[in-house]
Amino acid sequence: MSDLTDLTLAEARDGLRAKQFSAVELTRAHVQAMEQARALNAYVLETPEKALAMAAASDARIAAGEAGPLEGLPVGVKDLFCTEGVRTTACSRILGEFIPGYESTVTAKLWADGAVMLGKLSNDEFAMGSSNETSCFGPVISPWRRDGSDAAIVPGGSSGGSSAAVAAKLCLAATATDTGGSIRQPAAYTGTVGIKPTYGRCSRWGIIAYASSLDQAGPIARTVQDAAIMLKSMTGLDLKDTTSFDAPVPDFEAAVKRGVKGLTIGIPKEYRAPGMSAEIDALWERGAQWLRDAGANVVEVSLPHTQYALAAYYIIAPAEASSNLARYDGVRYGVRVDGKDIASMYENTRAAGFGREVKRRIMTGTYVLSAGYYDAYYVRAQKVRALIKRDFDAAFANGVDAILTPTTPSAAFGLGEKIAADPVEMYLSDIFTVTVNLAGLPGISVPAGLDAQGLPLGLQLIGKPFDEETLFAAGEVIEQAAGRFAPAASWWR
Amino acid sequence: MNAPVRMPKLIKGATGDWEVVIGMEVHAQVSSNAKLFSGASTEFGGDPNDHVSLVDAAMPGMLPVINEECVRQAIRTGLGLKAQINLRSVFDRKNYFYPDLPQGYQISQFKDPIVGEGVLTIDLENGAQVEVGIERLHLEQDAGKSLHDQHPTMSFVDLNRSGVALMEIVSRPDLRSSEEAKAYVTKLRSILRYLGTCDGDMEKGSLRADVNVSVRRPGEGLGTRCEIKNVNSIRFIGQAIEYEARRQIGILEDGGVIDQETRLFDPGKGETRSMRSKEEAHDYRYFPDPDLLPLVFPQELVDDLAAHLPELPDEKKARFINVLGLPAYDAGLLVADKDTADYFEAALNAGGGKRDAKAVANWIMGDISAYANSVSKAVSQTFITPEQVAGIVDLIGEGVISGKIAKDVLAIMVEEQGGDPRAIVEARGMKQVTDTGAIEKAVDEIIAANPDKVAQAQAKPTLAGWFVGQVMKATGGKANPQAVNELVKARLGL
Repeated sequence: MSDLTDLTLAEARDGLRAKQFSAVELTRAHVQAMEQARALNAYVLETPEKALAMAAASDARIAAGEAGPLEGLPVGVKDLFCTEGVRTTACSRILGEFIPGYESTVTAKLWADGAVMLGKLSNDEFAMGSSNETSCFGPVISPWRRDGSDAAIVPGGSSGGSSAAVAAKLCLAATATDTGGSIRQPAAYTGTVGIKPTYGRCSRWGIIAYASSLDQAGPIARTVQDAAIMLKSMTGLDLKDTTSFDAPVPDFEAAVKRGVKGLTIGIPKEYRAPGMSAEIDALWERGAQWLRDAGANVVEVSLPHTQYALAAYYIIAPAEASSNLARYDGVRYGVRVDGKDIASMYENTRAAGFGREVKRRIMTGTYVLSAGYYDAYYVRAQKVRALIKRDFDAAFANGVDAILTPTTPSAAFGLGEKIAADPVEMYLSDIFTVTVNLAGLPGISVPAGLDAQGLPLGLQLIGKPFDEETLFAAGEVIEQAAGRFAPAASWWR
Repeated sequence: MNAPVRMPKLIKGATGDWEVVIGMEVHAQVSSNAKLFSGASTEFGGDPNDHVSLVDAAMPGMLPVINEECVRQAIRTGLGLKAQINLRSVFDRKNYFYPDLPQGYQISQFKDPIVGEGVLTIDLENGAQVEVGIERLHLEQDAGKSLHDQHPTMSFVDLNRSGVALMEIVSRPDLRSSEEAKAYVTKLRSILRYLGTCDGDMEKGSLRADVNVSVRRPGEGLGTRCEIKNVNSIRFIGQAIEYEARRQIGILEDGGVIDQETRLFDPGKGETRSMRSKEEAHDYRYFPDPDLLPLVFPQELVDDLAAHLPELPDEKKARFINVLGLPAYDAGLLVADKDTADYFEAALNAGGGKRDAKAVANWIMGDISAYANSVSKAVSQTFITPEQVAGIVDLIGEGVISGKIAKDVLAIMVEEQGGDPRAIVEARGMKQVTDTGAIEKAVDEIIAANPDKVAQAQAKPTLAGWFVGQVMKATGGKANPQAVNELVKARLGL
């Protein structure tokens, strides 16, 4: 029997159903892979005993003919999801050894469908970052390396633990969250598939908030089909989240093979960002051709307010974050650093508990919401947001079914290359993804090729609200044409 | 006669007259079983932190979900204040750090409140009415409570109140004296209780007022105001305003200026003192709460709630005057407290009977209230039922007993803490004597025994009353006074 970690999630599911191996065997293989890959620093907490107990329970259900859709399939969980009885920190010192007494809706749905939890995956602190270098547990190292180089590469962020673990086969799939690109950018950087569904698809209940109006959960997986299977189990109306949407959950997996014949795919002319490399441009054109070859009609569209998206994002997201993170005050849970009075206790706790990037965004957010600046920044950014949404509405109203863009302007960068530089350098890696969050639309990143140095590149497809099915169908066409990508060697073992 | 008018109430200073201008922000706890955004209980009391959900404690990843009953209560209250109901309103976050504010922000409504402008009419002592503008009503979360007396060096936090729904009801600066301010809160509390949207219990903190006070020379523009926070009794509201107005006048007359600031009222000392100045005021960084969609409901919901709104004090008073024929004063007194008004109507209509409204009102406002006061209870809380009041009024109306005997019947009921008035009258032989023969006999005997008085009475008919009194005495008070009166007049030839 080949290594069980080489299976896709769909293959593993089918193998379990055919009783070719047990859930415990499948889980044990992944636990071993996880334990051998500590050099990647993807998991911040391994829960092998819990995983094996869940797998044993899955085997019992499989034997009893009561298998759920994800029965016995080992997955990793981004540390932003609260997991009952399992330490959850958002990779921030301020939460200390916080152990929730409750389970997030999304992970509860996964467990209800039979999935097995391997452990908690690293992320940028409070999901603020694009390289997974701001995690209080230290940076995650990508399993990918440039050709002929041993230099560490970032796995992207903020869901860098998820993308690295999926790419390195330390789990079949992982949960992730995306506020400005935190699923799609790390997926693109690691040759994996990541989908951010429509805002409101997944409940945010029990997910540690970064920017509430933008945050959305989704999966990172190794194939489009796997992502579709995962998403089906993660979505659905949750009355505990007012922004959760009462839309029917389609059979996403069935949409994967639907094809793109007769669909209209838009290419936004404004996404030709200045300084974009020729190889990204070529990749983009190749993607369009693949879709054309499969029967799609490719047209140019205009999204004229794109250039303001990043600025609007870096006003709205920090504004919400500055308020969302006020609860971490040392009073009720997490870390407390005493002071001479309550104000100094707050200051000492938050000074010690938050990292540099989180502090930067809290200060930015506090500033833009302050009296006298609110209208100039926050209100204006919300107007830009409305205009960006209108751009997309207009494109879709003109008959476009999905929009194709690069996921990122370049491949993954080296560890430490951008973290010390001007933060805007880092922010620019989200330039193609933030618009999708601002407009609340679904977006998928699918691996489409390698750059000249052998690092993976992704293409992004943006869909109409609640039309993830078209993204899976179009994504599958790209995956079939481009093939799948994996790191050349398991150097971390 | 002209309708009574609002008399300007001016405060005499050393350099002339001053007018006080008052606006009120009343925080009324919404009557609901669960909190505004969580399912935790709103029950008063309980051990600290008994009624706290994950949302109330602001655990990571928790989200607020609006309690629809609180929304309905706010709409009802808006309707009771004859106010604009906004079909779309927005919840905002008011950001500040405090240990009893777990989220680090209060969810409130800032720019787009659920209720807009309305009006509340207050009745002054002299019968004049004043219309007080309501600027807005919005829903917001209450904070928890810091406990500073539990530990030598630490403060504790009780989150039982954290997240309880409050309605903040903001008036225009339309009030001109402490009496008017007290009348405003009294009336507002009455309306809330009629509606059942707030129990109005100031001792439990269900109703508290922030009082904005400024002074000015009559006819001049508004002066700088000070806000007196969290005054929790109507009496204290009056005291705080009186003190604060005097304080401001003193400063101005000494050539000083008023600092806009937040002050606290110390009931022990009867004075206000500075809490924080405008410079120290928080920048609350309000912005729409992204965890909550705008609150939108259809006009049909408002119409439905309006259709089922109970009769409110003003309407009830008008009905008591116009339909029942009560004097305005009586009607006002009866409707001030909903339970008393209900008690009155229950007595009026007991057993489906038709009885004189004024007679019922007189008994309730007179003897029954006197008894209730003597035992420090509201009329409706005494052992005396509306049916018993109806029984007494009926016995008088039917001529079975006199008003005087009725007082004796009530005294017996009080003595025995119960009893049916009619049964008491029967059992104790307290019925009026209506047997004309017996009365005639008594009248004749007294006339015969007092020839000099007869002559006097014939010369001056008002002296006939003496004979009536003598007959009543002779019959032990049980003779029907009207029958006696008629007989005496007939026998004396008047």
